Amino acid sequence: MSSTDTTHQVTIIGSGPAGLTAAVYAARANLEPLVIEGVIEGGPTGGQLTLTTDVENFPGFADGIMGPELILQMRAQAERFGTTFITEDIVKVNVEQRPFTLETASGNAISTQALIVATGAKPRRLDIPGEAELWGSGVSACATCDGFFFRDQHVVIVGGGDSAMEEAMFLTKFAAKVTVVHRRDELRASKIMQDRAFANDKIDFVWNAIPTEVNGSDGKVSSLTLKDTQTGEFSDLPCDGLFLAIGHIPNTWLFDGTLETDNDGYLIVDQPTTHTNVPGVFACGDVMDHTYRQAVTAAGTGCRAAMDAERWLAAGGDASHQ
Amino acid sequence: MGATPVTDSDWDTEVLASDRPVLVDFWAEWCGPCKMVSPIVDEIADEQGDNLKVMKIDVDDNPGTARQYGIMSIPTLMVFKDGQLDKKIVGAKGKAALMSDLADYTG
Repeated sequence: MSSTDTTHQVTIIGSGPAGLTAAVYAARANLEPLVIEGVIEGGPTGGQLTLTTDVENFPGFADGIMGPELILQMRAQAERFGTTFITEDIVKVNVEQRPFTLETASGNAISTQALIVATGAKPRRLDIPGEAELWGSGVSACATCDGFFFRDQHVVIVGGGDSAMEEAMFLTKFAAKVTVVHRRDELRASKIMQDRAFANDKIDFVWNAIPTEVNGSDGKVSSLTLKDTQTGEFSDLPCDGLFLAIGHIPNTWLFDGTLETDNDGYLIVDQPTTHTNVPGVFACGDVMDHTYRQAVTAAGTGCRAAMDAERWLAAGGDASHQ
Repeated sequence: MGATPVTDSDWDTEVLASDRPVLVDFWAEWCGPCKMVSPIVDEIADEQGDNLKVMKIDVDDNPGTARQYGIMSIPTLMVFKDGQLDKKIVGAKGKAALMSDLADYTG
């Protein structure tokens, strides 16, 4: 394992809105932050926004902005003030002694005084038969990536939140028909998204249904087996593609056994700060937020993490933060 | 240098008739994860040029080839050997993982 002699003041793991906002603030505080962008283990470089299209609710963009473009702008802003980037995944973290040490997939060692965890979350899978076999052959968690391949076909989207509605509407650009399968009889999505989905002629809904198996052969999806939550009956829904929008799982495996998590697996911080249970380790964005999970709230906590890290370093890395 | 663009029309001569194995990156401008994989593919093109011909195809402009090989998710990488599809890699991966997937073809 190669190593450098430099110990960074602040290292940020993650390159979504939380990590990049933390970088902007830390860089402007002259902390010369290092951002480990990640490649694939925790999701794509740049985070979940890179998989979206129009972002209409990020303040400051009256006409909306494309998700990937928003991320590129944040990255450029962080870079402008002296952030450096490493485009690799982290495979190991030691926060049990200071300075903290990190190891990248290619074996680079990184040493840092303060660590900001902005590792985000990954799409949840159904874990039903057929899903893994047909992943990438009709089963997908990214409508913006794969919707294109379902022109004039019938696709199913599983989920009932805002992202499910957003993906359903995106898919209508290509697909002949989009069926939303939801386990309850009402959506969790915001009113505006529900209204848009209900008004779309190409979208129909199957309520109170849980997928139990993805059926297909020769690398193609042919149908989805559904179980009715009311009657317990099984039915077969023919379709050409299956898209999942059933929530996310926080990326915390690097910190198993060191950082405290709640019952849902999210990192616990000492609200309203971003201090984790290990002094000098801060958490921001979707990895610690199971309530809001928005680009703007991620950016907000990223700002808080950078300011908390700055104060902690200024106090000499004091173990206490009262 | 990086990966060389290939199209529906020169697919047969550039890919299927190649005497070296060909790695093809199926990508599109609107695909976020493709933007992570493409620079890695370019690096592989520069490092493995002797062993592997490395090409990329824009699925927007070349729907025929994507359809022919049943592409339903991008990025997808495929390796063609002696005119036959020899390996399919679906989804974005880091360089180390890709190199291990391609170990049979690289030096």
